[in-house]
Amino acid sequence: MAKRPSVYPYVWRLPLLIWQGLFFIGPLCLMVAMSFWLVRNYRMEPDFVFKNWDRMLSRGFFWDAYWVTFLRATLAATLASLLAFPASFALAFRTSETVRRWAIFFLIVPFFTSYLVRIYAWQVLLAGNGPLNAILGLVGLGPFTMLSTGFGAMVGYMTLVLPLVVILQTFSLAAIDRNLIEAARNLGANPRATLFQVIIPAAKVGLIIGFIFAFILTFGEFVSPFYLGGSNPPTLSILIVDTTKSGQQWPRAAVVAVIMIVTLFLAAFAAVAAAYRRRS
Amino acid sequence: MRPGPLLSWIYLAALFAFVFAPIVTSMVFSFNSDRFPTVPLGEFTLHWYETAFARAEVWTAFRNSLIVAVTAAALSTALGFATAYTDFRYGFRFKNAYLALALLPPTIPLVIMGLAMLAWLSRLGLSGTLPGIVIAHTVMGAPFAMAICRLRLQQMDPSLEAAAWNLGASPWRAMGAVVIPFCAPALISAYCLTAAVSFDEFIVAWFVSGLNKTVPVMILEILQGNVDPQINAIGTVVFLTSMTLVIVAQLLLLRKTAK
Repeated sequence: MAKRPSVYPYVWRLPLLIWQGLFFIGPLCLMVAMSFWLVRNYRMEPDFVFKNWDRMLSRGFFWDAYWVTFLRATLAATLASLLAFPASFALAFRTSETVRRWAIFFLIVPFFTSYLVRIYAWQVLLAGNGPLNAILGLVGLGPFTMLSTGFGAMVGYMTLVLPLVVILQTFSLAAIDRNLIEAARNLGANPRATLFQVIIPAAKVGLIIGFIFAFILTFGEFVSPFYLGGSNPPTLSILIVDTTKSGQQWPRAAVVAVIMIVTLFLAAFAAVAAAYRRRS
Repeated sequence: MRPGPLLSWIYLAALFAFVFAPIVTSMVFSFNSDRFPTVPLGEFTLHWYETAFARAEVWTAFRNSLIVAVTAAALSTALGFATAYTDFRYGFRFKNAYLALALLPPTIPLVIMGLAMLAWLSRLGLSGTLPGIVIAHTVMGAPFAMAICRLRLQQMDPSLEAAAWNLGASPWRAMGAVVIPFCAPALISAYCLTAAVSFDEFIVAWFVSGLNKTVPVMILEILQGNVDPQINAIGTVVFLTSMTLVIVAQLLLLRKTAK
């Protein structure tokens, strides 16, 4: 043994490189290249022109879609972080280990169940003559138009990201050294000061990671803005689907995709920088 | 009782109500007779299940989904395990880049994955085929499988494998007799979770599937029509399938970590 160079390590190392190279890096590179191609007579032809970029970047509707997507994702990530925090706080500090473990389990379950069917269920629940308006009607409210609005889309976004944000926040809050909190109390800090000057700074990394995950997921989301937001205004993902599916303009869709990826990378870098920056 | 804890419990209950409202709604309305569901509920019926499962294309879609999930989960688990073992056992140049490549796919938005896969697979002549969907779902599932296997390997004493070598076992023998048995629960759990991921994924599948629709792609296309309670019936079956897979996976993981 061990006399000749062994193939053993490479049997484990290479499959991923080959598979992800062929079916992950390959497709992404092709997509970037495609953004410089031309469509002639409904057929794509390899080329190197900036026509697609020119065309997309000079259009008002593209930038409208970009800012709508960006602002909605920012709003959704902020809202999810704020809504999740009291729950994460309760799970981290007010419940037993067992309750916390089960709660995390029940937050993981939805992640692996059909998101599409859940969105359909919201479509039923939020409908003009649906159950939610019927219940509100009993106490003399409504009916409200909730579908095809920003509110509808936001409900969908929360369905997607809220469980994940709660999980990430709970882990980071539960990992805080309890002595730190005790020390703050003993030094005379009131609960509010303890929260803002001890707990939140100590859990900063987890809170930022929760925020950025929510941002990344909602930035690329297609179903909520389409079925609950009525695709009005369209988001970047709706633009990609429309351009690919109906227009046959894959190169233009590729332009949108590349811009989305660049935006997400910048956002992720900014978040990592913010998370690991030393407190001055 | 102090107001603080009570408020915490109420808040938690509200949060879980929000998270589970769509799941419960879909199940309840799948047995409800109204075409346009509202409260108070109509009568109990199995009508939507009967009409949904009387359609040949529903069965075809379930068969397609099953084939794709079973295959993609096997490939994802194999890839994920090989990668996790590499990370656990070896250090090498560019290892960080290697790990980044392994864990990157879930951060790419699904519509973009869909577009890139569609373009790539149609060059290879695989778009519109089930193998095309399997390829895409394996790319997306492998990182999950890798994470699960890596966590399990973390619990293994590295000297266990070395001991097998010292006793004269070849690396292959040690792998088969020590490492794989130790990782068995993680492997099954990774298989179940990646099968669930594949079974529920619809954006990429929608881009590349063509006429070979999987269940969620079919739901997506019914949805573009109108409100149709058949979706609740199909959705309930889908929920139960993926929930079973996730619960089996979780039980296996918890039981072994408890030891």
